[in-house]
Amino acid sequence: MDLNILSLLIWLPIIGMLAIAFVPREKVDIIKIIAATATGLQLFLAILLWMQFDKTTGSFQFMERYDWIPSFNIFYTLGVDGLSLPMVVLTPLLSFLAVFVSWNTKRAVKGFFALFLLLDTGMMGVFLALDFFLFYVFWEVMLLPMYFLIGMWGGPQRVYAAIKFFLFTLFGSVLMLIAILALYFTCGQTFDMITLMHTAPTALNGVLWWGMSAIKVIWILLFVGFAIKVPVFPFHTWLPLAHVEAPTAISVILAGVLLKMGIYGMLRVNYGMLPEAVWWFAGALAVLGVINVIWGGLAALAQKDLKKMVAYSSINHLGYALMGMAAIVAVGAENGNNYAAAEAGMSGAVFQMFNHGTISAMLFIIAGVIYDRAHHREIAGFGGLAKQMPIFAGVAAVAFFAGLGLPALSGFISEFMCFVGAFPVFRTIVIIGTFGILINAAYFLRAYQKIFFGELNKKYSDMPEINGRELFTLIPLAIITFILGVYPAPFLNVIRETISGIIEHVATLGIAPGIF
Amino acid sequence: MSNLQSIKLFIPELIVVVTVLVGIIADLFYSKKKSYLTGNWILGGLILSMIAIFFHNPQNVTTLFTDMVALDPFAIFFKLLILVATIFVVLISRYNKEFTEYRVGEYYVLITIMVFGLFLMVSAVDLIMLYLAFETVSIMSFILAGYLKSERRSNESALKYVIYGAFSSGLMLFGMSILFGLTGVTKICLIGNNLMALEGSANFALAIAFVLILAGFAYKISVVPFHFWTPDVYEGAPTTITAFLSVAPKAAGFAVVIRFFHIVFGDSGALQAGSWLTQTELPWAQILALLAVITMTLGNVVAIQQDNLKRMLAYSSIAHAGYMLMVLPVLSGDSIYAIMLYLFIYIFMNLGAFFTVIAVKNVTGGETFADYKGIGWKMPLVGFVMTVFMFSLTGLPPTAGFIGKFYLFAALIEGGTQFYWIAFIGVFNSVISLYYYMRVVKVMYFDGEPQKTITKPILPVSLILLVLASLTIILGIYWAPLADWVRNSLIFYIGGM
Repeated sequence: MDLNILSLLIWLPIIGMLAIAFVPREKVDIIKIIAATATGLQLFLAILLWMQFDKTTGSFQFMERYDWIPSFNIFYTLGVDGLSLPMVVLTPLLSFLAVFVSWNTKRAVKGFFALFLLLDTGMMGVFLALDFFLFYVFWEVMLLPMYFLIGMWGGPQRVYAAIKFFLFTLFGSVLMLIAILALYFTCGQTFDMITLMHTAPTALNGVLWWGMSAIKVIWILLFVGFAIKVPVFPFHTWLPLAHVEAPTAISVILAGVLLKMGIYGMLRVNYGMLPEAVWWFAGALAVLGVINVIWGGLAALAQKDLKKMVAYSSINHLGYALMGMAAIVAVGAENGNNYAAAEAGMSGAVFQMFNHGTISAMLFIIAGVIYDRAHHREIAGFGGLAKQMPIFAGVAAVAFFAGLGLPALSGFISEFMCFVGAFPVFRTIVIIGTFGILINAAYFLRAYQKIFFGELNKKYSDMPEINGRELFTLIPLAIITFILGVYPAPFLNVIRETISGIIEHVATLGIAPGIF
Repeated sequence: MSNLQSIKLFIPELIVVVTVLVGIIADLFYSKKKSYLTGNWILGGLILSMIAIFFHNPQNVTTLFTDMVALDPFAIFFKLLILVATIFVVLISRYNKEFTEYRVGEYYVLITIMVFGLFLMVSAVDLIMLYLAFETVSIMSFILAGYLKSERRSNESALKYVIYGAFSSGLMLFGMSILFGLTGVTKICLIGNNLMALEGSANFALAIAFVLILAGFAYKISVVPFHFWTPDVYEGAPTTITAFLSVAPKAAGFAVVIRFFHIVFGDSGALQAGSWLTQTELPWAQILALLAVITMTLGNVVAIQQDNLKRMLAYSSIAHAGYMLMVLPVLSGDSIYAIMLYLFIYIFMNLGAFFTVIAVKNVTGGETFADYKGIGWKMPLVGFVMTVFMFSLTGLPPTAGFIGKFYLFAALIEGGTQFYWIAFIGVFNSVISLYYYMRVVKVMYFDGEPQKTITKPILPVSLILLVLASLTIILGIYWAPLADWVRNSLIFYIGGM
C-alpha cells in the first residue's frame, strides 16, 4: 500500500489540532466539527486497516521506517500486529465518541478539543510505535494534554487529581526510560523493538547486576512503569481520583485507552524482550491479578459515588487480564505443555483489554449522563429512574450487565477465557478470583437497583429522557458488546496468530536453562 | 604559538574588545533616555564576533600566546554558546522595565567585558590565565548584579556576591599555588604529567590543592555546598542579569571543569572512557557523584518551597547544575558530549523562563506566584511559552529539555552499572521537579482570572519569547544537526604538540 496509513492514523488528529488553532475561539461549532471530522476520519482509516489486515500472520504489517536521528540509532518505525490492532481500532472509536460526549463543554472549548486531539495522537503513537524511543516520546506526550484536561475541565478536586496523576505516571515512565537505555546499551545499541525482541534474550543471558540477573532488574523497572498505568494494586491510588475528577469524555479515554497501555506495554515489551523473566514473574503476576480483582471489587462495593464505583471496577476488570497473561506459563513442560490454556489466557487478556475499553466507556458515559441531569452521582440519591427514563434504563442495563460479566455480553467471554487459561496452573488463585465475579455482580446490581428501581425520587420527577446525542455515544458500544458477546470469532481470529507468536517466543526463548 | 602569530587567530576576542570601547564612546553621545541605543552597537559587535568565529578552521587545534589559551573546537563551541546567550540577553534588556530609571550604556558595556572574560575562561589552558579570566567575569558580575542602585535587594545581591566570590576565588588561588608548588608548572597539560612523577608523600598537599580548586569551580557553577549565593543574587539582580548569570558563566564554568578534570586527572587526557588518575588517592568519581546528587536534590527540594518565581528558578538552576555534573564521574567522551548538548539546550529553556518573568513583571510589577494567577488566560502567548519552558525544564518530550536529559542519562547508563544509582536519583529528581514546574502552569491556568487588568506584552518581547519557545520545541523534535555539531566540537587541546 502506497499510502502510509499508520502515519496518517497518528498525525490526523494533529492536523485537526492545527486547524483548530486557526479558528477563532468564538466559533465553537466549527471547532467541534473539526474535532469530530478528524477523529471520524481516523476511525474510518482504522476500520479500513482492520479489513486489510492479514489475519494469517503474526508478524508486523504496514511497516514504515524512516531515519530520524541516525547518530543515536533512532528511527521512526511503525507497524501493527494482532496485539495492537484491537487498540488501534478502539482508540479512534472512543475518541470519536468522546467528542460527542463532550459536545456541551462550555469552558475554553478551543483549548479542550486541541488538547484532546493531541492526546489522541499520543495514544495512537504508543500503539503503533516500534522504535523504543518513539514509543517513549508518545508515551510521555500523552501526559501533557491529560494533565490539562483533568486540571482545567475537571471536578472540584481537579488540580490535586491532575498533579497526582502526572507525578505517578511520570514516576513510572522515568523508570521505563532507564530500562530502555539499559536495553539499548546492553543489546547492541538499538531502539528497534523487533530487533530487541530477538537480541535482548541472548544479550542479557547470564548478565548480573548487583548480584541479580539483569533480566530481572529490567523486567521490574519496566513492570513498575506499566503497572502504574494499568494500574496494578499498590500503584492504583491515582486512578479513582483522576477518574472522578476528570470530565466524562476524559474518563472514557482514561479507562478505555490509557489503562490498556499498561497491559499492552507488558505484552509487547516485557513479554517480547524479556521472555525468560515471564517464567519467573508469572506467579507474582497471577497473585497481583487476583489482588486487583478482589481489592478492586471490594473497593467498588464500598463506594457511594457511581463514578468512583466504575473507576474501581476498572481495577477489578484489569485484574482478570493480568491473570490471563500469567496463564502463558501453562505452555511450559512442568505445567504439561498445555498450549490451549496458554492461548486461552493470553487471548482472554487481549480480549478483556478491548472489552473493558467498550464496557467501561459505556459505564462512564452513563455516569456522565446522570451527572449532567442531577449534578451529583450519589448512588443512593436516586431511585426509580427506570420509570422516568425507560430508554436510558435499558441502555444502562446492557452496560451494567456487561460489566458484571453476564453471558451473551462480551465481558463474560473474555473473563471466562482468562479463568480457563489460568486454571490449570494457578488453581487456588483462580478459585479465589472467581469470587471477584460475585463481588462484581453485587456492586453492579446494587447500583442498578438503587438508581433505576424502587420509588421514584420526587426531585427527579421531571428528569428528561436521554437525548439523541447521548444515545449516539452509547449505542455503538452496546452493539459491539453484544455482537462480540455472542460471536467473538472475528476478534479472536485477528489476534490469534500474534498471540501464538508471543507464546512460542516465550516458550522457546524463555526456558533457557540455568539463568535463574 | 608566539604572540604575534596569535593575533590573527584572536580576532573574535579582539572584536569584542573593540566593541567594548565603541560602546563606551557611543554612550557618551546619548542622553539618559536614549542610552539604550548603546545596545545596538554592542549587538552589532557581538554579531561580528560571531561571524569571525565562523571563519576559524574548525579542525584547527593549537594554543595562542605561548600556551596561554587554547584554540580548539571545544572552545569555539562554548564561545558560540556564550554569544548566543548574550545576544538574547542584550535583545531583551531594552524591554526590561527595571531599567527605566537608569542609564544603561555601562550595563551593555559591562556585559560585553564579561563576554571577553568568558571567552578566555573557556579557552584558558594555564592556571594564571584561568584565574585572570575567572576574576574578569566575577568582577563584572558583581557590578551587574548591583546595577539597580536604588533597590535594596539589588545592593544586597551584589554585596553577597562579592563576599562569596572573593572568598571562593581566594580558595581557588590558594589551591592553584599549592599545585604550582608541587609540580612547578602552571600549564594544565603539564600538570598531569608532573603529577605522575610525584612521590607518595605529596598526596596530602595534592588532595588539599584539588579540593580548594574544586571549591572555586563549584562556586561558579553553583554546586552545593558553594551555592549559597545563588538564590539571593538571582533574586536581587536585574532579571536580565539573572538570566545571563544562569546560563553563560555557568556554561563557561562547566567548560573549565571539563577541561581541567579531563586534562589533569584523565588518563592521558583522552576523550575515551578513561580511568581517574589515582595519584591523589581521592575517589574523584565518588566525590563528584556525591556532589552532583546532593546538588540536584537540594535544588529541587528547596525549589518546591519558593514563592518567588525568580528564586524558584535560581534553585532550579542549581538542580540543573547537578544534572550536568552527574555525568562527569563517567569521564567519557559521551558524558562531555551530553553536558555540551545539555548546556546548549539549557540556554534556550532557561533564558526563556527568565524572559517570561521579565515579560510578566513588566505588566504586573511582581514576580511571585500570585502575580501569575490567570496569566494563561490574559496573556495567551506568555502562558503558552512559559508552559513550554516549564515542560522543557522538567524534561518532558517533545521538548528539547527531554533530549538533553536523555543524553545525560544515556551517558550514565553507558558508563556501566556502577553509575546506575546516580541515574536513578537523577530521574527521581526529575519527578520531584515536575511538582514545582507544574505549579507555575497550575497558577497560570487553573487558579482563575487575575484581579488586575493585564495588557499583553509588546511585540518584540513576544517575538523573542516565541523564538526561544520554537527553538525549545524544534530541538526536541529534530536535533540531528545540533548533535552532529556537538560531536564535531568534541576535540580539545591536550598538550604535547
